[in-house]
Amino acid sequence: MADREERRFAEVPRDSVRLMAESVGVELGDDVAALLAEDVSYRLREATQSSSQFMRHAKRRKMTVEDFNRALRWSNVEPICGYGAQDALPFRSAKDGELHFVEDRDVNLVELALATNIPKGCAETMVRVNVSYLDGKGNLEPQGTVPSAVQTLSEDLLTYYQQITRAILGDDPRLMKVALFDLQSNSKMAALLPYFVYVISGVKSVSHDLEQLNRLLHMVRSLIQNPGLYLGSYVRSLVSSVMYCILEPLAASINPLNDHWTLRDYAALLLSHIFWYHGDLVSGLYHQILLSLQKVLSDPVRPLCSHYGAVVGLHALGWKAVERVLYPHLPAYWANLQAVLDDHSVSNAQVKADGHKVYGAILVAMERLLHMKAASRFQAVAGPPARKDPGPPGRGAGSPGPGPSREPTAEAVPGVAGHPWEGWSPVSLPAMYGELYSFFGDSLAVRFSPGPVARGPGVAGALPRAPLPPGMGARDPGPGHVHPDAGRKMPQLTANLSLSPRPDGSPRVTEPAPPSLAATGLSR
Amino acid sequence: MAASQSGQLDAEEERDIKSETSSDGSRNNSSSNDGGSLSASPGGGKPSSGGAGAGGGGSTEEQRTLLAVLQFLRKNNLSESVEILRREAGLSDEEAEDQKGSGGSGGGTGGSGAKDPEGSGEAGSLLRRVSAASSAAAVAAAAPTTSRVGAGDDRPDVNVVLSAYSQQGDPALYDVYYSGLKKFIESVLDCHRAELSQVFYPLFVHMYLELVYNNHESESKAFFEKFSGDQECYYGDDLRILSGLSKKEHMRGNETLLDFRTSKFVLRISRDSYQLLKRHLQERQNNQIWNIIQEHLYIDIFDGMPRSKSQIDAMSGSLAGEAKREANKAKVFYGLLKEPEIEVPLDDEDEEAENEEGKPKKKKPKKDSMGSKSKKQDPNAPQQNRIPLPELKDSDKLDKIMNIKEATKRVRLGRDNLPSICFYSFLNAYQGLTAVDFTDDSSLIAGGYADSTVRVWSVTPKKLRRVKSAADLGLIDKESDDVLERIMDEKTASESKILHGHSGPVYGISFSPDRNYLLSCSEDGTVRLWSLQTFTCLVAYKGHNYPVWDAQFSPYGYYFISGGHDRVARLWATDHYQPLRMFAGHLADITCTRFHPNANYVATGSSDRTIRLWDVLTGNCVRILTGHKGPINALAFSPNGKFMASGATDGRVLLWDIGHGIMIGDLKGHTDAIYSLKFSRDGEILASGSMDNTVRLWDASKAFDDLETDDFTATTGHIHLPENSQELLLGTYMTKSTPVVHLHFTRRNLLLAAGAYNP
Repeated sequence: MADREERRFAEVPRDSVRLMAESVGVELGDDVAALLAEDVSYRLREATQSSSQFMRHAKRRKMTVEDFNRALRWSNVEPICGYGAQDALPFRSAKDGELHFVEDRDVNLVELALATNIPKGCAETMVRVNVSYLDGKGNLEPQGTVPSAVQTLSEDLLTYYQQITRAILGDDPRLMKVALFDLQSNSKMAALLPYFVYVISGVKSVSHDLEQLNRLLHMVRSLIQNPGLYLGSYVRSLVSSVMYCILEPLAASINPLNDHWTLRDYAALLLSHIFWYHGDLVSGLYHQILLSLQKVLSDPVRPLCSHYGAVVGLHALGWKAVERVLYPHLPAYWANLQAVLDDHSVSNAQVKADGHKVYGAILVAMERLLHMKAASRFQAVAGPPARKDPGPPGRGAGSPGPGPSREPTAEAVPGVAGHPWEGWSPVSLPAMYGELYSFFGDSLAVRFSPGPVARGPGVAGALPRAPLPPGMGARDPGPGHVHPDAGRKMPQLTANLSLSPRPDGSPRVTEPAPPSLAATGLSR
Repeated sequence: MAASQSGQLDAEEERDIKSETSSDGSRNNSSSNDGGSLSASPGGGKPSSGGAGAGGGGSTEEQRTLLAVLQFLRKNNLSESVEILRREAGLSDEEAEDQKGSGGSGGGTGGSGAKDPEGSGEAGSLLRRVSAASSAAAVAAAAPTTSRVGAGDDRPDVNVVLSAYSQQGDPALYDVYYSGLKKFIESVLDCHRAELSQVFYPLFVHMYLELVYNNHESESKAFFEKFSGDQECYYGDDLRILSGLSKKEHMRGNETLLDFRTSKFVLRISRDSYQLLKRHLQERQNNQIWNIIQEHLYIDIFDGMPRSKSQIDAMSGSLAGEAKREANKAKVFYGLLKEPEIEVPLDDEDEEAENEEGKPKKKKPKKDSMGSKSKKQDPNAPQQNRIPLPELKDSDKLDKIMNIKEATKRVRLGRDNLPSICFYSFLNAYQGLTAVDFTDDSSLIAGGYADSTVRVWSVTPKKLRRVKSAADLGLIDKESDDVLERIMDEKTASESKILHGHSGPVYGISFSPDRNYLLSCSEDGTVRLWSLQTFTCLVAYKGHNYPVWDAQFSPYGYYFISGGHDRVARLWATDHYQPLRMFAGHLADITCTRFHPNANYVATGSSDRTIRLWDVLTGNCVRILTGHKGPINALAFSPNGKFMASGATDGRVLLWDIGHGIMIGDLKGHTDAIYSLKFSRDGEILASGSMDNTVRLWDASKAFDDLETDDFTATTGHIHLPENSQELLLGTYMTKSTPVVHLHFTRRNLLLAAGAYNP
């Protein structure tokens, strides 16, 4: 306790007192020194306290040597000279011994006297007036990184905007969760939409930071799922941000440890969401996106991660997109991929791993293509299409039901005519299977083996099993379509395109409903 | 002026004491001397003509006071003063001799201040004791004053001051006593607990000091450690000083301590609560605590409901507790004086003659209405000639006409119509800007600097010019019409002028209402009067021997008030080199001074965290306002004279009803010390400027209109403040990292703010 009391104030140690006494030739006893030390400390405190008065009345926050000297002078103590400089005095300690002193350099008077650069002296003191606030309204400029246009918002909205962006981009995951949930459910923030879209468009500047990209994508998800929000033309900006995440060779991809694959999957998922929820708004974009995906896919210079993005992007746009873009392109692309996968050199290991990723993604896309084709054929046979999708499990109750009209299929999109794919004619299912089997071999075949091998039970129940066409049994190469070239057969890869990181790990979801997002994203 | 004679006498004595004591080095004692000797007069209910009146009173307490003064003077070889005082008081020589005999034995070598540095302190302490006893005897009948008075009579030693602490119990038991009381108070009913908790702080301090005084160093430290955390946070500053104090030797000369010792800590407690406490202490035979309560506390008992914690917190926080209820009972004439607009036709002539573009026909009815309004005598106003005011000069009348004209163009402010703000930035103020003032017509601005200069600027295109030298003046034609223009020296025209003369930082400046003079006060202990015609110093008023923190001209000119480190506020007239009145009573430095709009009262704020209102005529303290939790830096009266606002280092602005002497508002919002307050010309808006680089506007009219002071509140002083700071705050305006040192409303209600830009 006594120690704590000692530390409440600066204390002059008795050794210092004795030292000072010795320096003027006085020997002090121990008890005398102790008494003196204590008294000196007290007097110092007293002087400091009274010097604070001078500081206060000079309307300053910083106490100066001058203040202290005034206090000393008024208590009839000699002031201390030589420390009047305005600048901070550096306090140094000697190397050996606990000696501290204020550095006091020698001044070369000759140099000073003969100096040619005579200081001009300080500028004249003056008074300048400016009208700061007219009628009580003035330059209430908010501080921080808020875009300038936000200034026109009301105080409440501005605060909301700042809080939300800060929470989402901040460090606290719980806060982020709350903010995202509010963004998803708050119906009164329509005025802020442009600013949030603006923030999201910042993805291009944070391509090195997966975490930030993820957060921004979360933000996109919240916005597109908010039932009280009409995205309007802003949806294009959102799509371009999402496409950026899907396709671009992000700076974060350079490090193989970064799981940018998941980010691309997530972005693709969001893309399908946008088409699912806001198909009416983005219908004109559909072909544009298909084009750009195709362009990426057909560009061999692009890195594999971009190709991967194109594949998952097509996959997200539905099986028809896969059928129209990916499937016809596959033979050409396959050659490239094959080359990568066949190169067993060590230096190629990383690229090869990427290649496997792409391979997996294609496999999954193709599998679904076959499934859906089979199902549609079955439906065409069975009569009018039943409602295929009872709604994705786990979807929030408030979200709009997926009406058939909003299916993001090419059929639902007007303006297909006159498109580059106009001359495209559907390939029959068996022909397609045969073609694909030549690429994938048994790894494709196992996916269609009888019994719910990889299907989740819920999915199996929800979807009427499409009976496979004859000749499509497992390990049955099908008549007449077998490519005899066994070298094209790939090893049995168990690649799983984890489009949706579901607990059961099943990548396949009912078409065309977007997988539930409630279980994704935040759990990462 | 009638009172000037006796005022001068006071000043003379004062000066003598000062010069004597400051030379022997015991500064603190001597400064407390002022408080002691001077507070004797208000304490005895006498006007400040002090010594002269005391003889007539004839009460024993006052005689004792006088004898003590005599003894002190004699000890310091001030035989002349002794003579004067004795003559004035009508004391017989024998009495005085008697006193001298007994005094000499106690004081040892009386008269040689150098040999006995405590001599002055001893005498000073006697004075304090006596004055304290006199007030004590008047109020607390139960207090056992006998022993102390006895000691004061025949043993005037410095120890007498502290000797009240000499009675001691077992130091180990202090802890037990205090915790026992704490436990008791914590166990009483809620309604009483808040009231009784007020006892903790003074008890704690006195018990701690007793321990220190009796050299129980470790016990005192333990005691402090254990219980200092329990005290209300707003006593933190005082506690810090106390905690630094651990030796008996330190107690001598510590100002804070002397304040505590010499003034009784005032508590307001309901009768029920008090009975509860008394019964408890008597049951427990807890004499230690009971003695402290009897001797050092003044408990103001009232009948009725105990007050709530928030009510108590609103009023407490000052160095010596709350104000006694009696202190705020005196009648205050807060109304405004009748405007001396008697010569309305003459003004009109002037006006017609003066300005061609004026529209006298339009103005006339307005002026008449103004005139008739002011002719009605405000029942709350003081008599027109209660204090003599200077005659209006022609130039003053012209200025009044200008003022009225401007007033007709005044913007009517309110909640929905906030004023525009202009900020005057002092650039390159390396010298340290400490004070700013504007003239009433906003044509000049002056700044006081820490480098002891005063700078005056003209903020209109009109340049500042000096009057010609005497030789040149002799040459000009005195009969010409434009003689006033001819006397000015064109060669000296400049935008600003620097006034040199002080030898310490300038802490306060004030323009005279007629713009002919400027007042400045400084650390060097002087107040200087400068002419704005010649830009030279006219007078240095010496009286404060310590730094003068603030000075201000009366709204009618001629008088001015100053206050400083010596805890005394002085009222001066420009043509007297000595003060007319001295207002003593504050327990710490006077940090700001303001004249009431009717010039009959002055308000002083102090670092003892109280505001006092003084009657200029009688010199009495008529209001003591407590509630601030930090030194008070700014005061402002509402233009109707009815209300006052005060701002302190704690960042809060308090509003006061002067007539009732109660707090009526607490404006929270600033985050740093407040340095300036100003009401708009019509009193609707209160502007506050602070160290936190903001100007805030408050809805004063709402704060005052919502007010309903019932008789109960008025008589008991139990206030109930609504929590409405946020409602009243109309706006917060940031400066560009510039603390706001001064605020001023122009005659048209444009708000001017000023401060030094400190990058």
